[in-house]
Amino acid sequence: MGRTINRSDKPLTRLKTMSLVALGQKKMFTSPIAAFLHLALYVAFVITQIELVEIIADGFSGKHRIFYFYLGDFYVFMVSFIEILTVLAFVATVAFLWRRNMLSLPRFNKKELLGWPKKDANLILIMEIVLIVFIFTMNGADEVLYNRGGSHVEYAKGSFGFSISSWLGPLVFDNFTVEALRIFERIGWWGHIGMVFLFLNYLPYSKHLHILLAFPTTYFSNLEAKGKFSHMKSVENEVKLMLDPNADPYSAANATDTPERFGVKDVTDLTWKNLLDAYSCTECGRCTDVCPANITGKALSPRKIMMDTRDRMVEVGDLKKGVVDGKSLLGDYISPEEVWACTSCNACVEACPINIDPLSIIVDLRRNLVMEDAAMPSELAGMLTNIENNGAPWQFAQSDRLNWLNEE
Amino acid sequence: MSLKVPTMSEMMANGQSPEILFWVGCAGSFDDRAKKITKAVVKILNHCKVDFAVLGAEESCTGDPAKRAGNEFTFQMQAMMNIQVLNGYNVKKIVTACPHCFNTLKNEYPELGGNYEVVHHSQLIQDLINTGKLALEGNQTYKGKKITFHDPCYLGRANDVYEAPRSLIEKLDAELVEMKRCKSNGLCCGAGGAQMFKEAEKGQKEINVERTDDVLETKSSIIATGCPFCNTMMTDGIKNVNKENEIQVLDIAELIANAAEL
Repeated sequence: MGRTINRSDKPLTRLKTMSLVALGQKKMFTSPIAAFLHLALYVAFVITQIELVEIIADGFSGKHRIFYFYLGDFYVFMVSFIEILTVLAFVATVAFLWRRNMLSLPRFNKKELLGWPKKDANLILIMEIVLIVFIFTMNGADEVLYNRGGSHVEYAKGSFGFSISSWLGPLVFDNFTVEALRIFERIGWWGHIGMVFLFLNYLPYSKHLHILLAFPTTYFSNLEAKGKFSHMKSVENEVKLMLDPNADPYSAANATDTPERFGVKDVTDLTWKNLLDAYSCTECGRCTDVCPANITGKALSPRKIMMDTRDRMVEVGDLKKGVVDGKSLLGDYISPEEVWACTSCNACVEACPINIDPLSIIVDLRRNLVMEDAAMPSELAGMLTNIENNGAPWQFAQSDRLNWLNEE
Repeated sequence: MSLKVPTMSEMMANGQSPEILFWVGCAGSFDDRAKKITKAVVKILNHCKVDFAVLGAEESCTGDPAKRAGNEFTFQMQAMMNIQVLNGYNVKKIVTACPHCFNTLKNEYPELGGNYEVVHHSQLIQDLINTGKLALEGNQTYKGKKITFHDPCYLGRANDVYEAPRSLIEKLDAELVEMKRCKSNGLCCGAGGAQMFKEAEKGQKEINVERTDDVLETKSSIIATGCPFCNTMMTDGIKNVNKENEIQVLDIAELIANAAEL
């Protein structure tokens, strides 16, 4: 699905872009508070994977804290580090829930977020909190068990000495029996791994998929000047024929060829990069926040363009093969009013932390309206006629183009 | 001082070929306000003895508004006709005072066979100053005045030109005051994407009025621009708040020409 577009050139520049923008989160830092919170969550998420590997290894081997045996003191340092990051992640998650639900930040309160998108966002944050609670339940209960000589770990004695759970554990679990602690520890372990599997299954249905797709999306970023709109090769051939006095109109096209649709009417007309963009969008709304049309109360929201594209893609994907539902992205999801409100200023493209390009979709929707249906605001029809007739968007004769020189 | 503006055809008739083509653009040719900007550019070019020419009646719309409005046919027809003329004169370098013409000529003509070095007039003027062809030392015209620069989208975000126009304002010995939304975060004037030629879609506010609020916050007495359409939009925005006697909207070229007393 998706039209072809070549984004395989300049692999080194692309790797650099991906490293800076996705891995390094360069563009997040235009708003420092959100950037810091996001970074905490991101680093914690990535580093915690080490502990997840251990949890899985423990599960398969039937051992307990298998890495402790091999790593010794470094293990204590590692888990301590992960625990501190996890606390930061907890703070970030709570702050995000608060920002999203209590603060009236405009970008979290636009109408395209009503319903499922808002629930999706909160659900992920709540899942993260549950995940963190489970991990501290596991480490905390284990710490107390260990103090009492009841842990499964045979490699060390006394306290593990982990940065957080060595004091949080006794604080919460000191009054429980060894049997109860063993159950808590198991609940923590199973709960954590259960949440991870739940999360991984939920991910492809959620806006949260950006944690994976941010990488290919930034790798395949548009590397050209933002002002350059895509070139339409199909139109070039026709215009060349039109302007060529030697062209034979009867030999021009093969009658059996189905002509390519001009512009975009439905998601199947978009490029694969547009479709990837739609799946990578995490609906943060930085694009809509800076959109001059949206700021001044017009119907356009670049975030909604991306959300509509994804929703329509899911709808088309669910159709049985060969079935057409008679609906389309343009019209059923995105209205011409939204499409015509755009000033093509590129603010949305600039603002996106992962280089998503809503503008290219908007332009292709316009192309469809204009070139397939001649549906455009009447003033634009006049402007286009002027260009065709006299080479200027206004009604002035081309022969008068130098008159300014002799005017006062 | 009378302006010397040779056309490419005159030059060719004399067996000459200028170093640079000045692409005037539709606004620069026909819009009363923008014509003054065109004249300011010519004054600077004449003063610095730049070897240039214009296309005159052979120039035609680059096709920018057609492309932004979604009509690729009209765009490509315009582009191919212009490229035929430009290549016929063996044009190598183009300067223009319109960021829309600049962007289209620079980025969208190569794929149709039009390959030129294209510069915005702010870049050319910066170059003239840096190479000593234009001296602004000791100019008093704008000394100490508060000037804010409105980034045209098609110069800034579209082509990453932010510093050239600012460096010119610094040469005026004026105080450059940035708006809260500037450079890559600059707010559009509302004219781009063919909006100049249509009514805005319905909303709560006009975009140029929103942008005018940013200007008012800076307490500047001059808005500098580098685009004829931004100029129109900002002028209207200032009129909307009845400040046209306190705040002037001037193109970078006009500021420089005035300061150099051309």
